[in-house]
Amino acid sequence: MARTPVRKTYKLYLGGAFPRSESGRTYAVTDASGAFMANAACASRKDLRDAVVAAGKARVGWAGATPYNRGQVLYRIAEMVEARRAEFIDLIKRESGAGAREAGAETDQVVDRLVHYAGWTDKLASVMGHANAVSGPYFCYSAPEPTGVVGVLAPESLLGLVSCVAPVLAGGNTCVVVTPQACSTITFAEALATSDVPGGVVNLLTGDLAELSPHLAAHRDVNALDLTGADPELRTELGRSAAETVKRVYIPRHEPDFTAAPGMARLRAFLEVKTVWHPTGAVSLAGNGGY
Amino acid sequence: MDLDYAPAPESAAIGRIADRYLPFIDGEFVEGNGADLESLNPATGQPLTTVSTVSTEDIDVAVASARRAQTRVWSPMSGPERGKYLFRIARLIAERSRELAVVETLDNGKPIKETRDFDVPTAAQHFFHHAGWADKLQHLGLGPDPQPLGVAGQVIPWNFPLLMAAWKIAPALAAGNTVVIKPAETTSVSILVLAEILAEADLPPGVVNIVPGAGDIGAALVSHDGLDKVAFTGSTQVGKSIQSALAGTGRHLTLELGGKGANVVFDDAAVDQAIEGIVNGIFFNQGQVCCAGSRLLVQESIADEFVARLKDRVETLRVGDPMDKNTDVGAINSQTQYARIGSLVDAGREEGAQVWTTSCPLPEQGWFIPPTILEGASPTMRIAREEIFGPVLTVMTFRTPDEALAKANNTPYGLSAGVWTDKGSKAMAMASKLHAGVVWDNTFNRFDPTAPFGGYRESGFGREGGRTGMAAYLEPDEEA
Repeated sequence: MARTPVRKTYKLYLGGAFPRSESGRTYAVTDASGAFMANAACASRKDLRDAVVAAGKARVGWAGATPYNRGQVLYRIAEMVEARRAEFIDLIKRESGAGAREAGAETDQVVDRLVHYAGWTDKLASVMGHANAVSGPYFCYSAPEPTGVVGVLAPESLLGLVSCVAPVLAGGNTCVVVTPQACSTITFAEALATSDVPGGVVNLLTGDLAELSPHLAAHRDVNALDLTGADPELRTELGRSAAETVKRVYIPRHEPDFTAAPGMARLRAFLEVKTVWHPTGAVSLAGNGGY
Repeated sequence: MDLDYAPAPESAAIGRIADRYLPFIDGEFVEGNGADLESLNPATGQPLTTVSTVSTEDIDVAVASARRAQTRVWSPMSGPERGKYLFRIARLIAERSRELAVVETLDNGKPIKETRDFDVPTAAQHFFHHAGWADKLQHLGLGPDPQPLGVAGQVIPWNFPLLMAAWKIAPALAAGNTVVIKPAETTSVSILVLAEILAEADLPPGVVNIVPGAGDIGAALVSHDGLDKVAFTGSTQVGKSIQSALAGTGRHLTLELGGKGANVVFDDAAVDQAIEGIVNGIFFNQGQVCCAGSRLLVQESIADEFVARLKDRVETLRVGDPMDKNTDVGAINSQTQYARIGSLVDAGREEGAQVWTTSCPLPEQGWFIPPTILEGASPTMRIAREEIFGPVLTVMTFRTPDEALAKANNTPYGLSAGVWTDKGSKAMAMASKLHAGVVWDNTFNRFDPTAPFGGYRESGFGREGGRTGMAAYLEPDEEA
C-alpha cells in the first residue's frame, strides 16, 4: 500500500519564527496548471506591522555585525539552498511550469546570486566610500551605511526574490518582503532560518500585494521600498504614499533580467553615504624645523 | 571708556545693483511674462531692485532651450571642453568675488564677512572642483561610459543663493546635463549676476536657464514633462510634495531638505573649542542653515557651567548691519521668516522653556533677531522637534552616551550632527551611530565640494559634492 505523504504547511516567516497569520486567513496556492498545491497563510495588516517591528528590532544588530560576518551568513544561505537543490527544483517546476533543466538553472542562479552578494559586504565601503581632499586641516571621509528597514515587493520568481533581497541584506539592511508566491518563498525562508540569519532580519509575508503594500509604503518605520514586484499603477500609488515619509524608492529602470549579472544599482539604492569630519589640528610631528 | 569697534561698512556701490534684473533663457536676458517682484534688502526692509519673473510659458521655452542645448551641443561636447567652460566660470566668479559678496549681502541680509569669506569663494571652488570631473566620468565607479540624465530642473533656497546655485549647476553641467534653475523668490539677484558670468564665459545658449519666480513657478518647473531630473533644496514639506508629484514619472529626483541637527557636548570636551563650534553651528548665517546645530545636547555634569560660558560668548556677538565687516549676525532674510522664528520662540516660551537673548542692541529697521537660547527644553516641545531656521538654540541635557544618541536621533530628520569630546574612540563611535548624512567631530558647519553632503530619512536623499555627488546627475552603465 502506498504511503500517504506528509504535506508541508506554508506559514509566514516573521521575526525568525514561522507563525500563521494572526488573521487566520489562508489562500489556495495553485501550480502552473491550476492544480492545488497548498493553503498558504494570507498575511494581514497586523502581520505586516509585526514584521516591521521585527525588522526594526533586528536592524541595529545586523547593521552592526562585521561585514565579514554578514558575508559569511549570506554565504551560508547559499549553502543551505544548494543543499535543498532538489526541493527547490521541484517547487520551481510546479510553480512556474518550467522544465527540469530550466528549474535547475534557476536554482543554481539563486545560489550563485547569494554567493555574489556574500562577497560584496566587505567591499562596499572601499568601492562606494572615499577620502575627501578638503581644503582645510580636516580628515574627512565618506562611507556607505545601511538605509534601515526596506520593504520589498518581490517579483514572482524565486530568483527574482533572492535578487531583490540579497543586496538589501548585503548592505546591512533588514527587510519585510511581500510576495504572493508562497511555496518556494517559504521554503527559502527555511533556508534562511537555518543559515544564522538573525531573526527579524528577513521577514517574508505571503499574501495579497495590493492589500498589504499600501501599509508598507505608508509605515513610518520603513525607510525604503523596492517596488520591483509591483505593476506600474501600483508603483505610482505607492510612490506617492512613500513621499509622506521621504522613503527611498527603488524601481528598476528597465524590466529586470535576473539571469544577467547584477550591477550595483540595487546595492546603491539602499545605502546612505555618511560624511565625517575630524580636525587634524596643527601638531608638528617634525618639530619646528620641518623635515 | 567705549572699546567697541568703529563701524567698518563695505561700500554698497561695489555691488553695482541694477534697477532691474531679467530672466536668463537660451543665452539671453529676456523680459519674463510673470509679474515683477520687488527684492528687498532685509537689513532695511527697503526695496533693493526689481526682478522680472517668468510665466509657465517661459518655463516651456527654457526647458525646450535646455533640451536643444543638451542634445545638440553640451552632451556631444567632449569632457575636456565642457570642463574648460566650468573652469572659466570658476575663475570669473573669483574675479568678481567682491562684487558678488556685496550683492549677496544686500539681497540676502547675511554678514559681508560670510559672503566674502565663505559663500562666494566656496561657489567658485564648486565650479573648479566639478570642472575637473567633466573628463573623468569613467572614474566615478559608474561604469566606463556613464551618461548624462538630460535636462535638470533645479529649485534652490534663499539661505545660500549663489552657493546653492553653484552646488546645483556645477555637477549637472560637468556630467553633461543642461539646467533650468529657479532661485528663491527673495534672493534672485546673485544668480542673475552669475548669469552675466555665464554669458561672459561664452557658455553655449540654453545650457543654463535661470527662471525667477515664486513657489508656483517652482511647482510648475519641477512637474514639467520635459525634464529628466529634478533637484530640490528647501523645506521637507515642499520636498514631500515634489516626491509625490514625481511618483510614477520615472524622472530622477534628489532632495536636500530640512534638519534639526544635534550638537552633542560630552563632559570631556575642550570647552572653549566646543563653545566656538556651538556658536558657529547655530548663529552662522543667522541659523538659516538646513544643517544648523539647532539642538545642543550637553552632558548634565557640565551643563550649568557650559551654558553660562556659552552665554558669555554669545554676548560678544555683534548683531547689526550686514555690510559692516565686524558684524557677526546679520538680518533674517524675509519678513515671513522673521515672523516664523518669532512664533516658534513664543511656542517654546508657552511650552515652558526659558528664553534667553543677548543684550546686543538691534538696528531699528530691518529684520533682526538677537541670538536666542532656549533652556529647559524637553524633546517633545515644538522647539526641540521643528526646524526653526533662525538664530535660536534649544538646549537639552543627557547623562550617558546612549541617552545622547537616543535624543540626537529622536527626530524624523537626519542631516547633520556634531560631537564634542577629547576621546577619539567616543567621537568615532558616536559618528557611526548618529543618523545623519554629515557628522562633524570637534568642528561644525564645514563644507567642501569634495565632501558629499545630504541627508538621511526626511532630510532627503541624494548627495551633493565629490564622487558620490556626481552620481546624482548620471545614469550608470547597465552593468555598473
